[in-house]
Amino acid sequence: MKLLIVDDSNIIRSKIARALGAYGLEVVGLAANGRDAVARAAVTRPDVITMDLTMPEMDGIQCIREIRKLRPKVQILVVSALADKATAIQALKEGAQGFLCKPFTEQELTDAIGELIEEAQNG
Amino acid sequence: MDEEQLRIFVTILQNYFEQQTLRAAEVGTPFLGEPSALPVFDYTAVIGISGVRRGCVYFTAPGELLRDVLLRVGEPNVAEANLADLAGEIANTISGNARRDFGPDFMISVPVVMRGRGQSIQVPRDAKPYVIPLRWSKHLAALVVSVR
Repeated sequence: MKLLIVDDSNIIRSKIARALGAYGLEVVGLAANGRDAVARAAVTRPDVITMDLTMPEMDGIQCIREIRKLRPKVQILVVSALADKATAIQALKEGAQGFLCKPFTEQELTDAIGELIEEAQNG
Repeated sequence: MDEEQLRIFVTILQNYFEQQTLRAAEVGTPFLGEPSALPVFDYTAVIGISGVRRGCVYFTAPGELLRDVLLRVGEPNVAEANLADLAGEIANTISGNARRDFGPDFMISVPVVMRGRGQSIQVPRDAKPYVIPLRWSKHLAALVVSVR
């Protein structure tokens, strides 16, 4: 499965790439803001996206809306420090399938991605 | 910011270092800082707070602490850009996690990271700056919360 990683932190992008690369996903793109993520999603056609919310230029919620128009079936896991319930609910309403709060361990990340993929495969 | 609210930041700081590095940080008792003499180490990441509350939260740390944290979490690239990136990510994570208690109206900006101990951090005049000292491994750092 093809993975696009969206986060304005280089070290978080690297951490996610290491963990999910080892988990068996193919990292097809890295984006540091929402605008770049939309462009890369159109070109790389990912199956799964990890999405930060607080980013410059275009935030994660707006980015989810834009990517949903391009890739209606893509699985999106929000990975954000915003720990309030209202934000998680909003992200899910906008079309994300999962929410993982920072800070996270690699095990928590692979568990969350595993659940996302399993749910998608079960329809 | 009252004592109970400051304790929220203390707990988040402790959790961050313990979870990410598997090594506990000693987080000291918050104290009221002097605006002209607030702690500034090599890297300082400032998060602007808006919404119902206004002000800023900043995390400041020496390069050695940031380098050791990166190595501890398995990140081999300890170039300056990544040290600055980590300072920003810590400030962002702590401020974002505070929304669990303060709610979604505690709105946070993306981090602005400054390098150098000679930096002067401007905190709002109408928000008392509280300093939360931190020792992780052998390094000193601080979180400053200046929010009204």
